[in-house]
Amino acid sequence: MSPYAAHADAGNSKRPQAAASNPATGTRCSSLPDDPRFGYALHLGDNALVLAQRLGEWVGHAPELEEDLAFANIALDLIGQTRYLFSYAAELEGKGRSEDDLAFRRDPHEFMNLNLVEQPNQDFGHTIVRQFLFDTWQLELFERLQASCETRLAELAAKALKETRYHWRFSAGWLVRLGDGTQESHRRVQDALDILWRFTHEFFTPGDVDRAATHARFAPDVATLRAPWLARVEPALQEATLIRPADVTHAWHGKQGRHSEHLGHLLAGMQYLQRTYPGAQW
Amino acid sequence: MKLQKQWPLFEVFVRARAGLEHKHVGSIHAADARMAIEHARDAYTRRQEGVSLWVVRSADIVASDPADADALFEPAKDKIYRHPTFYTIPDEVKNL
Repeated sequence: MSPYAAHADAGNSKRPQAAASNPATGTRCSSLPDDPRFGYALHLGDNALVLAQRLGEWVGHAPELEEDLAFANIALDLIGQTRYLFSYAAELEGKGRSEDDLAFRRDPHEFMNLNLVEQPNQDFGHTIVRQFLFDTWQLELFERLQASCETRLAELAAKALKETRYHWRFSAGWLVRLGDGTQESHRRVQDALDILWRFTHEFFTPGDVDRAATHARFAPDVATLRAPWLARVEPALQEATLIRPADVTHAWHGKQGRHSEHLGHLLAGMQYLQRTYPGAQW
Repeated sequence: MKLQKQWPLFEVFVRARAGLEHKHVGSIHAADARMAIEHARDAYTRRQEGVSLWVVRSADIVASDPADADALFEPAKDKIYRHPTFYTIPDEVKNL
């Protein structure tokens, strides 16, 4: 069944205002403009950008030249998605900010990425687990977002899906290789899974951006993604002879702009040039 | 079983467009055929170079012995009559 409620206003008619402007949670919110599509585009774009930056850190360091290339390719796909989403967000905002301004001139609390993607790189297996968990989630989300009444998001999802399917094939393939590999590789990915699994709770817990998006009916309810996500994750874990960790229902709030200290360090490196020489071009 | 330290080498062939032949473009290391396709894709088709890939273990390729080059290839040198250069080609015929 479609995750979208039936609605006749698919198109460009006025949508309800964002729930993001209704601070029911009382937590510190990012300053979201009223259009719920803006915050949602930032959320998806921030996921892609922050994960791409983490993958980029592998360049020159991956265990094999070929994997170095693979990570860089995935990172570049994600940056392509970021650019699409940020220019769309900048357009919606209409304040003259560019995609670069959104990437390089925002502070950590204005980023709305999932906590998972900012987790620092450890070993190769850890990066594979992080990628696998995220790819599977993005796959489920974008498959539904393809049918969005918001054509720009539907276009992005349709295009990004082809990339995400490849990313998933790569990360799931490596997960099985390492999990069902040597004792050492198995131990490492199981450890990574035990550490990273807790962050998947945020995938399916709506934040303000999600609530505003489902209220305006242009995005699926993230809670409905959990069952299909598990249906894809569990067989892969099984094949990889990995044990699914216990669910931890800690409420992470990356989507609300609350991050671990790791994001600040990541942004400091990523934004250094534009912060030091605003508007620098090359 | 002793683990191999180095992944085996695969030769990569790319078909640029439907209808064209696969051309050798280089080689990559990979643990198995599936990974070889993925590595070939990442290394050799990321600038839209192709629509199809072949990979083959380099060890499976049978090559001619360079020492036999004289015997194998020299005799063709003075047989210019084997080239179809004595025909006049009509203007209508393109791409010959």
